[in-house]
Amino acid sequence: MEYIVIFLPLLGAFLSGFFGKIIGSRNSEILTSLFVSISAILSFVIFYNVITQNYENNLFIASWINSGMFIANWSIKIDALSSLMLVVVNLISALVHIYSIGYMSHDPHKTRFMSYLSLFTFSMLALVTSDNFIQLFFGWEGVGLCSYFLIGFWFKKDSANVAAIKAFLVNRVGDFGFALGIFLIFYIFGTVNFNEVFQSTPKILDRELIFLGINFNAIDLICILLFIGAMGKSAQIILHTWLPDAMEGPTPVSALIHAATMVTAGVFLVVRCSPLFEYSEIALTLITIIGMTTAFFAASVALVQNDIKKIIAYSTCSQLGYMFFATGVGAYNVAMFHLFTHAFFKALLFLGAGSVIHSFKDEQDITQMGGVWKSLPYTWILMLIGTLALTGFPFLSGFYSKDAIIEFAYLKGTSSGYWAAFIGITTALLTSIYSWRLIFKTFHGSYNNKKIKIEAMHDSPIVMLIPLIILSIGAIFAGILFKELFIGTESSYLFWRDSIKFLTPLSTAHPPLWFIYSTPLLVTISIPLAYYFFIKKHHLLDQLVEGNKPLYTFLKNKWYFDELYNCIFVYPAMRFGKFLWKKIDENIIDKFGPDGISNLIKRFSIKAVKFQSGFIYQYAFVMLIGFSILLTLLIIK
Amino acid sequence: MTNFPILSSLILLPLIGVLFILFTRSNNNKYQSSKYVALFVSFANFIISLYLWYIFDASTYEFQFVEERKWIDGFINYKVGVDGISILFILLTTLITPLCIISVNNSISYKLKDFLVAILVSESLMIGVFCSLDLVIFYLFFEGGLIPMFLIIGIWGGERRIYSAFKFFLYTLLGSVLMLIAIISIYWITGTTDVSKLYELGIDFKYQNILWLAFFSSFAVKTPMWPVHTWLPDAHVEAPTAGSVLLAAILLKMAGYGFLRFSIGLFPSASEYFVPLIYLLSLVAIIYTSLVALMQEDMKKLIAYSSVAHMGFVTLGIFTLTDQGITGAIFQMISHGLVSAALFLCVGVIYERMHSREINRYGGIVSIMPRYSIVLMIFTLGAIGLPGTSGFIGEFLILVGAFKKSFFVATIATLGVILAAAYMLWLYKRVIFGKLKNNDLKSMIDLKNHEIFILWSLGIPVIFFGFYPEPLIATVETSVNNLIEMYNLNLEQNIKNTDG
Repeated sequence: MEYIVIFLPLLGAFLSGFFGKIIGSRNSEILTSLFVSISAILSFVIFYNVITQNYENNLFIASWINSGMFIANWSIKIDALSSLMLVVVNLISALVHIYSIGYMSHDPHKTRFMSYLSLFTFSMLALVTSDNFIQLFFGWEGVGLCSYFLIGFWFKKDSANVAAIKAFLVNRVGDFGFALGIFLIFYIFGTVNFNEVFQSTPKILDRELIFLGINFNAIDLICILLFIGAMGKSAQIILHTWLPDAMEGPTPVSALIHAATMVTAGVFLVVRCSPLFEYSEIALTLITIIGMTTAFFAASVALVQNDIKKIIAYSTCSQLGYMFFATGVGAYNVAMFHLFTHAFFKALLFLGAGSVIHSFKDEQDITQMGGVWKSLPYTWILMLIGTLALTGFPFLSGFYSKDAIIEFAYLKGTSSGYWAAFIGITTALLTSIYSWRLIFKTFHGSYNNKKIKIEAMHDSPIVMLIPLIILSIGAIFAGILFKELFIGTESSYLFWRDSIKFLTPLSTAHPPLWFIYSTPLLVTISIPLAYYFFIKKHHLLDQLVEGNKPLYTFLKNKWYFDELYNCIFVYPAMRFGKFLWKKIDENIIDKFGPDGISNLIKRFSIKAVKFQSGFIYQYAFVMLIGFSILLTLLIIK
Repeated sequence: MTNFPILSSLILLPLIGVLFILFTRSNNNKYQSSKYVALFVSFANFIISLYLWYIFDASTYEFQFVEERKWIDGFINYKVGVDGISILFILLTTLITPLCIISVNNSISYKLKDFLVAILVSESLMIGVFCSLDLVIFYLFFEGGLIPMFLIIGIWGGERRIYSAFKFFLYTLLGSVLMLIAIISIYWITGTTDVSKLYELGIDFKYQNILWLAFFSSFAVKTPMWPVHTWLPDAHVEAPTAGSVLLAAILLKMAGYGFLRFSIGLFPSASEYFVPLIYLLSLVAIIYTSLVALMQEDMKKLIAYSSVAHMGFVTLGIFTLTDQGITGAIFQMISHGLVSAALFLCVGVIYERMHSREINRYGGIVSIMPRYSIVLMIFTLGAIGLPGTSGFIGEFLILVGAFKKSFFVATIATLGVILAAAYMLWLYKRVIFGKLKNNDLKSMIDLKNHEIFILWSLGIPVIFFGFYPEPLIATVETSVNNLIEMYNLNLEQNIKNTDG
């Protein structure tokens, strides 16, 4: 069964990619969707087995790299953590496959698109079911590659190509840390197998080593390096710049890769390595800080963006920040819970946004929309559900997972924990404001699009709506249904078992009541508030913007990260490259090396030629001089 | 083991082919019989070497299929043999050569016959390099290999071919003169030039450093290492496609092989002594040439610079003197042989159609040449070292090895991996993606059958060994282990000697 789950998407990708022309685009759409759907159903079966029978398995497929002590296998590891990821990945992927049939209906390269989607799914599955760091790295790079292909899918758009390269390179910077982390793990442990590494972790707690002149504890260093990798893939601040640009890709891609699955791989990595991270207080604190900074930063930027997809992208970034600080305070299961619910409502929001964009004929600017809620009733309702779930409106899925994160941060009792809880609440408010801004500007107020008449607006076809409906069911009920299983005090330990390690059990205390109620209260109040500001009295907002111009431009320009990186890294690297080539290679090495030597020889030979003039009297003269010098010398002696 | 002189026949077969080519009808496009002869011979050679690999016993580090013939009594013997390391290079050579010959379809119209002769002669010399077990024989093959390449660049090259050919010759000759002197000195010191005897005897420690440097000067130029690399971009740019392929895929590997077989094998204590030098030069090569590659406007030059960076990884891996490092270096050499050969062939494909290697000339050709785009993507990824391609295995093992020796070195080298992605993907984007840049690009036709054949014969191994590197690793394992053991043993003796 596991084999089918993993390899069916690969088969789909292969058939659609290489034989797409032969079997036809419609057939390859159906084929790939069907294959991934079967995988999704089987993942549910596996997940069910894990819940009910504590099913665990570690299949060995083949040996991959086997050099000396360095052994890495192809494997399928099934435990609570990976079975949960299987469900998330395959379910969202299957829905996105189906949705794409409608969304990409006018695209000439459908088979290629479906092939990439399936290939992505396979890589992601290889990532989550790995039992060692190397296969994980394989999946890690594989999803990065598919992301690169899919962001640049519309290859005629230059901006898409640039965004694709940017995504790949920024991820490579993260991978740089990840790879070093793996090298270090092999150096310290002599193995890259998860079980073996985690088992011997407690034995090397005091191991210290010097890295780049600084004395580190080995575990701290490993964890920090791995986290750098996670930061790249999960678009955490400093390495986040690629994610908003990645929105150049088709919207189903954004939903699948840049919201629900690939970007959560970083969180997965940290949770998978919880037996390592638990021993590194420094790394956990770092994760908390980075996580909460990202959560706040991204939410603040999302407030002022006008591109519907970029708003949701920053929102994703922000929610990933939540997941990270949840792991940072040791609440790994809560992070996974939020990952699970987030997959539903964020995929829902993205696909809903895709539906809006589809209706507006590829318009993404929310200032060019408005007032269409009656024309797009289904999309409107579904987007509302997604928004409510995202903001953490009571009893929807986001409510359970996000509030749990904030509570556990509070219960951690450390200063970083309190800070994280505080930032968490603030960010929840910001989240609510930008989400409702999006809804109100898109669906309410006056109709602002000049190109398309409002009468021409119509909702998306049924093939696009069905996945949305399924996702909305998840967005509503995923929280309440799985709360006990994932984060319940007793039941969650029975479920997670060895897949997550808690050095100290999570606190079972309850935070004060005012604390528990503050988040839902803020979230609820913000809805009418947002309506008032964005629809009723939007001139008030304009005045606010006028009054705080510097802050507004700072946010609008995303804290100037891109500009900064261009100035520090990109341009200098290019200038330096040119300098090395023109000045060093051509002007120094060549000039003094081969060219210099050949010139030297030439010059000498020209001089030497002059001696052989052929005139007897010159030769005789030289002879005479030499002879007289010799004679003089002899006489003197 | 059979008594059939299989290695000598590998070396001689191309030369016999040359003989037959000389009898074929002279250059005429209608009669391509010379090409068929060359193809037949080189393909037969490939089959023989596959068979050689099949009957090769990977469980021992001893040299196998050894042949020894007296040449100059008491001085030079013709002695050849293979171990796990050299057999892979022989396979690489015999695989690349027939592909090169197929690729010479219409690109060489001038003196086709002589061109094929040059390629075959160079094949036979290169096989000789990889299996000779006598220093003098090695030297003859090693330097002899220069001549056909010199001619290929000088006669069938581009506009600045004479300059490039002489630059190539000057650089490489300079190093090899020193190596010749070193070989003669070794004979004076030990009284033999037989490699296996030298392994047993060992060379006096006081001579090792200077001899190592002499060999190094030759190998460094051929690798090429920074700062003696500037001949490579010029040579590649001017050489015809088949020449570039031979140069990148095989000629560059002779030096890496030399480092393994001679520098480490014969001069262990000197190798240890000069490790920092090698690390320094390798790191400079990786970072420096990657940055330079980023700024290139000529496709071939870009790939040439990237070769220097990749060979930087190889030298780094070899001198980590660890299991993973050396295995990785060998793997990287084979992988680079396949990938760089394919990349040069890919450039050749569009050069043949548009007669330009200028990156800016192209753009948006994915819609015209989809098959080409797929193939080029595979090799681009191979060059980047993405998991699932052979490039990954090599680079990763090298870095694992390097990490054991020095965190700092491994960290800097890993940075090079980021840069590799930058220049390769940017190249790909500028050539393949975007809107169609020039209207005349529309006249380009997608890959022809023979091009598909060549490129996939390289692409399939790149992917296959990316997922299943076992056949290669298992072949070299015992030999590499023995090399390291011998090296460590020698070092211990050295320490004892200095103590005593």
